[in-house]
Amino acid sequence: MNPIINLIIFALLGVAMLALSVMAITTKSLLRSATYLLFVLLCTAGFYLFLNYHFLAAVQVSVYAGGVVILFVFAIFLTTDKDEARIKGDIRRYIYGATTILAGIVLTAFIILKREYLYSDNKSMLGDKEIPIQQIGQALMGTDKYQYLLPFEILSILLLACIIGGLLIARKK
Amino acid sequence: MIRIEYYLIVSTLMFFIGIFGFITRKNMIAILISLELVLNAVEINFAAFNRYLFPERLEGMFFTLFGIAITAAETAVALAIIINAYRSIGNININNLTKMRG
Repeated sequence: MNPIINLIIFALLGVAMLALSVMAITTKSLLRSATYLLFVLLCTAGFYLFLNYHFLAAVQVSVYAGGVVILFVFAIFLTTDKDEARIKGDIRRYIYGATTILAGIVLTAFIILKREYLYSDNKSMLGDKEIPIQQIGQALMGTDKYQYLLPFEILSILLLACIIGGLLIARKK
Repeated sequence: MIRIEYYLIVSTLMFFIGIFGFITRKNMIAILISLELVLNAVEINFAAFNRYLFPERLEGMFFTLFGIAITAAETAVALAIIINAYRSIGNININNLTKMRG
């Protein structure tokens, strides 16, 4: 693809992502907040496509958009009867928050922009080369170096523990 | 050509937007949504560094993959806790959540 068009699409995605993040944390209605979060996650899937991680983009869309956001929506339906009321006297909290993130952004932006990234124009980023799904599958299902069967199995135990824990916490007494 | 700094800047801003929401919101579900933004920013960083530094290896991609799965699990448990808290105190405002026992 044309590099200029690539850059324009990337910029649009990034701006949309940041604007939607701000809207997700500032809107009063929780349901709208969850919807904005959904669009932020879809824009992130677009970023993964830019990085040529097609499998990761598919996982992002199916797990986040299909699973996590639906969970959020159901939890909001179950727990919220009216929108969050604006609570008085929390202006100090905003000041603390703004100070913290300003300090953090200044520090991190200084570090990021000061550095020179020698690998920043990596030639392998040109063009769109998809990683073969066979390679991903073999790395996920092997036990050698740079293969990930053990973390995969530990993750399945974690998910089982989550199911049991969730049922135990949320069941009716 | 998209440079790696662009990814880093976007993910940094998103990370701190998430932190701001985490500090300022009072509703537990809103706090959890801010946490999702933070985790999402971190995962973008993993994928971008992997792609630019070692395009032939897949470590960062698998970190992101496992990170997504762990985030989903964490969200499920947190929402179960929130629903339980709603049952015992009637709302999900963190100011009212002082008695977690019993």
